[in-house]
Amino acid sequence: MSTVSTPSSADGQLRPPVPTAPVTLRINGETHTLDLAPWTSLLDALREYAGLTGTKKGCDHGQCGACTVLVDGKRINSCLTLAVLQEGADITTIEGLGSEHQLHPLQQAFIDHDAFQCGYCTPGQICSAQGLINEGKAHSEDEIRELMSGNICRCGAYVGILAAVKEVVDAKTASKQ
Amino acid sequence: MKPFTLTRAESVEAAVRDFTGYQEAAFIGGGTNILDLMKENVAEPTHLIGLNKLPLNKIEATADGGLRLGATATNADTAWNPEVQQRYPLLSQAILAGASPQLRNMATNGGNLMQRTRCYYFYDTATPCNKREPGSGCAAIGGYNRIHAILGASDKCIATHPSDMCVALAALEAVVHVRSKDGERQIKFEDFHRLPGDEPQRDNTLEPGELIVALELPKQGFAKNFSYLKLRDRQSYAFALVSVAVGLELEGSTIKTARLALGGVAHKPWRDQDAEALLEGQPATEETFKKAADKVLKGAKGQGINDFKIELAKRAIVRALKQAAAGEHKAADIFTNSNP
Repeated sequence: MSTVSTPSSADGQLRPPVPTAPVTLRINGETHTLDLAPWTSLLDALREYAGLTGTKKGCDHGQCGACTVLVDGKRINSCLTLAVLQEGADITTIEGLGSEHQLHPLQQAFIDHDAFQCGYCTPGQICSAQGLINEGKAHSEDEIRELMSGNICRCGAYVGILAAVKEVVDAKTASKQ
Repeated sequence: MKPFTLTRAESVEAAVRDFTGYQEAAFIGGGTNILDLMKENVAEPTHLIGLNKLPLNKIEATADGGLRLGATATNADTAWNPEVQQRYPLLSQAILAGASPQLRNMATNGGNLMQRTRCYYFYDTATPCNKREPGSGCAAIGGYNRIHAILGASDKCIATHPSDMCVALAALEAVVHVRSKDGERQIKFEDFHRLPGDEPQRDNTLEPGELIVALELPKQGFAKNFSYLKLRDRQSYAFALVSVAVGLELEGSTIKTARLALGGVAHKPWRDQDAEALLEGQPATEETFKKAADKVLKGAKGQGINDFKIELAKRAIVRALKQAAAGEHKAADIFTNSNP
């Protein structure tokens, strides 16, 4: 609680001062020091304070998976953890997986398999799929379906999503043999 | 969400000491349930004590041949732990039947026990709820109660405990190790969660400021003959309507030891030791299983919309006992039988 700041607001109304403190987060290999209230979720810290809007807010209750990011290589719902509790962790968002000029294999596979319609769930799907690959537990289609069940797609692009993830999982398995 | 202060505890001693300094303190492990409840203003702590720096995330053998699961070890790390998978596959499969991979990567073992009911009315602050606001009434009684209790409910509360992991822990006779500023004590799993009675606001028998530090599994893991059967409205990522944890020890075709616990049916994981006694010494046949199922559901009471759960639970018990007796599930199976 070292500083007190007044957040700007769209309606120009003054809000009561919010106690903030500097929180240092390592995101996509870069160090960000952000002034955050203790109740700022990791998701809000990424989007509203670090300017990384690739991670999406869907339900904000851990039910949809749109906010999935990787923390120390493990996929989590960034809406259900506080930014301050992730100090010291290595956070990877969709911006850290690939770029416009060099797509991540999962991004290319999602394009190749038409694995989205509106695209809102896609960053979460891709981060989740990378987490699934890191875990190394899912190989068959049924296993991938089960271990991707934390990511909901309201457009119903599941057939393409499954095909895209399967392709990258298979390539990974083949490269290990 | 209401404003709060937060500290990250560096030791168990500091965590339990910190708790006493605030009017409404709460521990936060993975945060997957308490943060959700805080966003809905169902939980309104004024101070949070972060536990994720504590050295409580180990899974290690105990002197008497059991296994000690650290309270801050994640559900995922526990379910995929080789010792848990090989010796306690019932627990591994129950954990993997719950939530999603992302949630299991954050949720802790202690937090799994502490999670609160998913009763819609408990979550909806516009409705009365004796668990959320004692004395205000129960909107689930006479309301939409598809997911609610059929056993052990009271006229104050018909909520269910939502955990899968805890159903397996009940069947395995786990012991909960807790710490407070006054020292450490152990709670038998069956004594940890409570029935609603006149105090549905109390989910368990912990005293304020007591912190779960570990769960201890006894030696017997029922790795050969077990089943965790979960029935739900969709195939994955949904809470149980009814779930059944079974562990059997067989001598030939005779049941030597039986453990039987149900999820989704009561305010606590519902273990029935009378039904277990009825199974023991009997042949592992459908007739025996049906008798045990009838015994478990003898005092069941539906709430209208959830009446179907009584018959569903009976059939689930018989099926789970059959699967366990046949040794259908293998310790190496990574997933539960997803097509019940």
